[in-house]
Amino acid sequence: MKLRIYAIAYLIFLYAPIVLLPLFAFNDATIIAFPLTGFTTHWFTELTQNAALHAAVKNSLIIALCTAIFATILGLCAARAGAMSAFPGKKGIVGFVMLPLVLPEIIIAVSLLVILRQVLGLSLGNWTIILAHVLICTPFSIAILNGAFGALDPAMEEAALDLGETRWSAFRLVTLPLVMPGIISSMLIAFTISLDEFIIAFFLTGSNPTMPVYIWGLLRFPSSLPVIMALGTILVALSIVLLTIAEIFRRRGVRRSGGTDTGGFL
Amino acid sequence: MIFVRKSLSIADMGKLSNLTGDQIRGIKLLGLPFTYALLLLALPLGAIVLFSFWTQDFMTVDTTFTTRNYQEIWNSPIYGLLLRRSLMVSGIVTLVTVLLAYPVAYFISFHVKPSKKSLWLFLITIPFWTSYLIRVFLWKVILGYNGVINSGLLELGVITEPLTFILYNVNAVIITLAHAFAPFAILPIFVVLEKIDRSLLEASQDLGESKFSTFLRVTLPLSMPGVVGAVLIVFIPTIGDYVTPELMGGAGGKLIANMIQTQFLQLNNAPLGAALAIVAMVCVTAISLFFVFLNRKYLASRS
Repeated sequence: MKLRIYAIAYLIFLYAPIVLLPLFAFNDATIIAFPLTGFTTHWFTELTQNAALHAAVKNSLIIALCTAIFATILGLCAARAGAMSAFPGKKGIVGFVMLPLVLPEIIIAVSLLVILRQVLGLSLGNWTIILAHVLICTPFSIAILNGAFGALDPAMEEAALDLGETRWSAFRLVTLPLVMPGIISSMLIAFTISLDEFIIAFFLTGSNPTMPVYIWGLLRFPSSLPVIMALGTILVALSIVLLTIAEIFRRRGVRRSGGTDTGGFL
Repeated sequence: MIFVRKSLSIADMGKLSNLTGDQIRGIKLLGLPFTYALLLLALPLGAIVLFSFWTQDFMTVDTTFTTRNYQEIWNSPIYGLLLRRSLMVSGIVTLVTVLLAYPVAYFISFHVKPSKKSLWLFLITIPFWTSYLIRVFLWKVILGYNGVINSGLLELGVITEPLTFILYNVNAVIITLAHAFAPFAILPIFVVLEKIDRSLLEASQDLGESKFSTFLRVTLPLSMPGVVGAVLIVFIPTIGDYVTPELMGGAGGKLIANMIQTQFLQLNNAPLGAALAIVAMVCVTAISLFFVFLNRKYLASRS
């Protein structure tokens, strides 16, 4: 019982900052402080008129979409290989691919900046951020897809092979539909991570900022803070929707491949 | 081409002849993500190691091998100060996060109905994936001079003047980081707790141990791998965060990551920045390895 109270208090601590967002987003004052003064939707209308913000959002959406696709493809390869029989060095290779999960993001950011700008002399743009985001999102994709592949009965694909399907068509017709929920879940998670990522994007962004980089610029101007609160409210709502869909698909995937759910993305 | 292929296949036969078809397909599949990580992780990491031994000469990089950057880091007190402060902040954040997270992971694993576990984990991970920048900024609103805590305490009459030691210093950085990394600590501990054979706990209690001593002597040692995982997954990445110290730390709360960022993006001294990044990375890795080693000894001494 005591533990339950503690766990609920902990959840409140986790959600404390997010709960404040909508309060200030609808508050009729330019200063972000209590007491609240009145209700307004002015900050949301201001959002719709900001062309620079729209460009940044569009950039971020393109980057997040590409990241989601590529990270999931790499994750699919690794997770499928993970479900096959072991070979010498396999654990080490998988560990290496999972490394960005524990590497400080600034290390990834500066090392990519050095090699792209200084060594190869390339100019930065959305594609450089995509390269980096795929690197950091792939471990998450692998973790999710491992769950989908892990519980899969290899006998099903073997049966398809015995019945005359080629290796590729057996994968496409039998395995792929079974892990499809995992794929969708992986794409949504990678999309959400990329959309929100700032530390790396700040180093690798070209002349067109991503949305978090744009928000970072706005944080210096007190007058733009209520607009950020409005934007934050929309983003939090959007992330919750995306993550909820991802979770539903992840559970469906684990169920479909016959496993028992142990919960969580990791 | 044919020759190449032939010589390759001979070499392969020597080494790989005892691999099954399944294993070879596994190698091919893993090749793609492995190549990607090699090109975009190993190669760039190698590049910054190389860079750290070069020097910035105004607009160009002088590529003669030198340890001047490392000497500068060693000799100027500012870098040592920032590094020590960073390691201290990461250490405290890790300690706080893991201590606060353990009971929650324990609660979910041992007291929540299996059908509800996913929901709890989901609720815990949601805040972690939403608007990092804005979340950090909101801590300013909570801890600030006119913030939630100060106005709340003033209203209640607990304090007569707003507290100032909770914003623009190291405390604020620690609170914000501990909040940001909370879910990261819960998940590895939870996963390990889930794997503990419940009959061991019953056996311990049947043999006369109390609930608390069962926890100390059975559950806690068995969950140590999860605790180690949680420590590493919080301690290592926190060293690379420059957003929280920038927004929350004020002048006295800047960390090594801020200095790395400044060297790269403002002072245009990539070699010194690279050397700083490597020094930070080496320190963090060394401390992590030492911690893993201590834990091994502790577990070995028990069995």
